Amino acid sequence: MSDRVRLTVFGVSLAGLLALLVWGLAGLPDFGDFQGAYGQLLNRVAVPERSTTDVVTAVNFDYRGFDTLGEEFILFAAVIGVASILRTLRGERIRRPDDDAAGRHVPETSLLVRVTGLGLVAPTILVGIYIVAHGHQTPGGGFQGGVILATALLLIYLSADYMTMRAVGPTWLIELAEGLGAAGFALIGVGGLVFGSAFFENFLGKGTPGELPSAGTIPLSNTAVGLAVTGGFVFMLSEFLQQALTHRRVHHHRRGGARRAS
Amino acid sequence: MAGACATCVVLARDPLRQAMVTSIYGLVLGILFFLFQAPDVALSQTVVGAVALPMMILLALAKVRGGEE
Repeated sequence: MSDRVRLTVFGVSLAGLLALLVWGLAGLPDFGDFQGAYGQLLNRVAVPERSTTDVVTAVNFDYRGFDTLGEEFILFAAVIGVASILRTLRGERIRRPDDDAAGRHVPETSLLVRVTGLGLVAPTILVGIYIVAHGHQTPGGGFQGGVILATALLLIYLSADYMTMRAVGPTWLIELAEGLGAAGFALIGVGGLVFGSAFFENFLGKGTPGELPSAGTIPLSNTAVGLAVTGGFVFMLSEFLQQALTHRRVHHHRRGGARRAS
Repeated sequence: MAGACATCVVLARDPLRQAMVTSIYGLVLGILFFLFQAPDVALSQTVVGAVALPMMILLALAKVRGGEE
């Protein structure tokens, strides 16, 4: 295909895409003028029915808990996929986790980065736990809080080093969190079947809106998802780190061959 | 501004730079979600888009560039 033809095809599809976009945008409802019946209904019933002041969480973990279970296991499957792709291969050896790529001189991490990073670890963990625990009242929840908790471990890596990070979050602990979280969330769904009448039915007492222990199973689901997401993200990041820092191919005298194999 | 950042991501040719620009783009997109009254999405977007995704790109780059001795 010549450059000319390529440009013509690109131009035509660009014009088509633009036209579709403008058409679609023109048909959007105005701000504050939402027409969906389901959304309006949920906005009215979620607070009295479920004692949640955050309707988004009520939808995610109660009304449409089943969808969230699917999403949860998408993440789970993705993490397993990453882990199996990044496993230690034959012909790779594990070495000390230093950055000693040819001719590269790595400067010491500055004191400022170390102090700021370490100082931020505790607040990050606190914010993460807060967001998981108050998922049913304020924006946030298991996923958001879980990802924030995972970044706390990254901060440890940034301000200290890889080995310290492994010591704070050993693999067994991370795997335990991931497994317990994912299984716990599914079990809460099964609990709805056992104690109620439907999968993910909210079978616990709802309490008073605005109080920390309220909204039935929603805070439990949030905690489970928080655990699973923290575990999943930390596991994925430490797999990446491990692969980037400690795994090296052994056959360094056959650079070309090794590269083709990669 | 989010649009400008997204264009910058596409225009940045060096993957290392691109990872950094992606991080800024993630943050700006998070702020945009927040301004449009979607704080739940904004929280996840900020952490995933501004921290986790660039981190993974950087680590993958580190692996690709320094992978052999």
